[in-house]
Amino acid sequence: MMDLKTNLLTRRNFLRFTTGIGIAVGLDGLIPPYARGRSIKQSQTKPNYPHVISLKIQETKLKIGQRDATALTVNGSIPAPLVRLREGQLATIEVTNQLKEDSSIHWHGIILPPNMDGVPGISFAGIKPGETFIYKFPVTQSGTYWYHSHSGLQEQKGHFGPIIIDPIEPEPFEYNRDYVVMLSDWTFEDPHAILANLKKMPTFYNYQRRTVANLGEDWEWRGMRMDPADIADVTSATYTYLMNGLAPETNWTALFQPGEKVRLRFINSSAMTFFDVRIPGLKMTVVQADGQNVQPVTVDEFRIGTAETYDVIVEPEEEQAYTIFAETMDRSGYARGTLAIAPGASAPIPQRRQRPVRTMADMGMDHHMSGHHMSGHDMSSHDMSGHHMSGHDMSGHDMSGHDMSNSNGAVPHGPDNHGLGNAGVPMMVKSRLHEPGVGLENTGTRVLVYTDLRSVSPGEDQRKPERELELHLTGHMERYMWSFDGKKYSEEKEITFYNGERLRLILVNDTMMEHPIHLHGMWMELDNGAGKYKPRKHTIIVKPAERLPVEINVDAPGKWAFHCHLIYHMKVGMFRTVAVVDRPTGVS
Amino acid sequence: MQFKNRYYSLILTGWLSILGIGFSSPQVLAQGPIKHDVQVTKLKQWQLSQYHNSNSSEKTNEEEWPEPLNDSPTYWLILLEELEYATNSGEDSFNWDLVSWVGGDYQRLWIKSEGEVGLEEGHGEGEIQLLYGKLISPFWDLQLGWRYEQLYGDKGSGRGFAVIGVEGLAPYFFEVEGSVFISHEGDISARLEAEYELLLSQRLVLQPSLETNIALQQVEEFGVGSGINDLELGLRLRYEFSRNVAPYVGINWTRKFGDTADFAREEGESVDDLKVLGGVRLLF
Repeated sequence: MMDLKTNLLTRRNFLRFTTGIGIAVGLDGLIPPYARGRSIKQSQTKPNYPHVISLKIQETKLKIGQRDATALTVNGSIPAPLVRLREGQLATIEVTNQLKEDSSIHWHGIILPPNMDGVPGISFAGIKPGETFIYKFPVTQSGTYWYHSHSGLQEQKGHFGPIIIDPIEPEPFEYNRDYVVMLSDWTFEDPHAILANLKKMPTFYNYQRRTVANLGEDWEWRGMRMDPADIADVTSATYTYLMNGLAPETNWTALFQPGEKVRLRFINSSAMTFFDVRIPGLKMTVVQADGQNVQPVTVDEFRIGTAETYDVIVEPEEEQAYTIFAETMDRSGYARGTLAIAPGASAPIPQRRQRPVRTMADMGMDHHMSGHHMSGHDMSSHDMSGHHMSGHDMSGHDMSGHDMSNSNGAVPHGPDNHGLGNAGVPMMVKSRLHEPGVGLENTGTRVLVYTDLRSVSPGEDQRKPERELELHLTGHMERYMWSFDGKKYSEEKEITFYNGERLRLILVNDTMMEHPIHLHGMWMELDNGAGKYKPRKHTIIVKPAERLPVEINVDAPGKWAFHCHLIYHMKVGMFRTVAVVDRPTGVS
Repeated sequence: MQFKNRYYSLILTGWLSILGIGFSSPQVLAQGPIKHDVQVTKLKQWQLSQYHNSNSSEKTNEEEWPEPLNDSPTYWLILLEELEYATNSGEDSFNWDLVSWVGGDYQRLWIKSEGEVGLEEGHGEGEIQLLYGKLISPFWDLQLGWRYEQLYGDKGSGRGFAVIGVEGLAPYFFEVEGSVFISHEGDISARLEAEYELLLSQRLVLQPSLETNIALQQVEEFGVGSGINDLELGLRLRYEFSRNVAPYVGINWTRKFGDTADFAREEGESVDDLKVLGGVRLLF
């Protein structure tokens, strides 16, 4: 057995140790055991959970791939140490800020009192340099979660780590080995410089734009001032994609014995990246989504959005290495690791796929429209140029005589264009929960879709929603503005929920990009047709031109953050404070 | 070095015992459910008590808390679209075209400058504009401000104007700028500029451009006739080593009309002029 103590003390041993099966760690830092490629599953007869967990936020010099880097870490490593808790315990976590600027830690997906949520300005004042903040909350849930800074753009610089909460009731699935797989995007640039570049030139990082070769096909898109190759704002042009802090060439490795069941806890802790995860040669059985048990569904591939988590069980039979492949949605790069029977093994990287292109469905153009006539626009001649509603006043169009809805619940977008901060609105918006997402339509394999997710046990609250709230995801790529209802956070700060209500929140995506929307403090139950078994999620990807309803049991008084989890979208204003208040007397 | 080693091993063993994860623990199936000895207290009551609980006096200072984010900092751009050396049968010249702005999403201060200087005799013109820009529709800015134009060479005259214009992105991705100028003498003129970008590859960009100036009144001192003054068509091909630095080559054709052409002939300048040029485009 490797003696960790000796290894840390000599630089030569240190470097050999950290590459291959370790994680990115500072020369002064300790290597969290969970990410050393050894199973974290421990003997269940000897649980040992610390009464107090001590975390120090610090600046750390380390290596990403072959390059030196300066990161903001917790306890000196990327990812940060595993916070392992037990359902039913009282968690006490001391966080010391050793940076020269304010910091914070938010426990993503954890239900806790509002002053423990870690969002400066909403939960507390933040953790000033040199100060220690003590988080204390009862742990009332179980599953895989994660934690990260909620200050500035610190999360982009490495400030994130995993949380595992062991349940009281055993989980409804078995496994022999247990690994955390954290996917992230690392940049050697200053995150503020990335945002400044996007403000100067929105396609700054897109080196997969359409050229004159496609000018004919793209003419309609150009008429709408849209680029169908706009898939990701920030790409491999600046990002190195990491798996447990290791670059693809460093190859994070997890060990297994053939015939064993391996649990992989995938966490997307990136700032701006959607990953499509597959393990060539292995099927994956999804057993948890966002830490919640779901009825097992076996797939070949799944898309994991920023801040989402998926726990899967794989059963590798062969005595070979398998590549854990997480290709980015825009296909500009990938994160990669290996499931192997011995350290040092690797399997080939699968063939890279073509960058996908946006379709008319992303624009809200429904096929079913072809038979309908809108006054002044003849759809049948396929002239699309006038149909995008940028700045258009809909009131002159007579839609009243037409039945615009179809089986997807497609409805026309309302008359509100949401002002200057919104480039345009889709014609029709509809549910897209059954779709795998852009780039995954024709894989020839089974890809996970949101309609596959069904909670294992029915939700406790089966009330019908009493109130409905519609919120539009809006934005303007050219000026890199992102908002809700056309208004940045500084222009409209609060949304009100009533304590004790059952709320139906309808998210309508007016933009051409996917947004992973995250609500702190409460669960969003995804209305995906599963009825009583609606899955609970803390983060949901809303596709372009999608109309996505969720139901929320509002039972957490206080103030909570609600925002797009793409960090640069959040930073420019796609953020709100949800204030859960008592219903005013006289309001039913 | 000795002390550090001991220090590290102390931290290591201490921390590992805290996390309670053994290196040599075998991987076994669960023997049964985890027994717990912590009762989950009445959650809602606990939550409420925590909410009302002043935790290290944070609650009372809520007004002093920082904002969760600053979504409206000041951004800026400096784009040297043209920084070039142009040659034709006549006089070689040095040209520039600078666009810059500083500000937020809705309001910006724009500074623009353009001009050309003959490298042999020093004739030419230059101008600078200082404008307040306001977003009036998602793709268009309204700009109001001041312009100063200077002639180089023998005459050396200069004049100032008030400016009102719009700048933005038209459908089909035409970048368009239209301005109306009113000089301090009351002379009214206008300019229209349009540009297009064609990607030949991810880094090779072909940029056709057009500029035309018209004037209401004749202003002989500045060689300006009434009506359409000139038409300039350009074609520049740049290679983006990075987004920030892109050398280019190109051609530029200028044609003067009517009285403007006559004034030019009197000065011995050409009225129909094709230049070959090379330069660098810089983005900051």
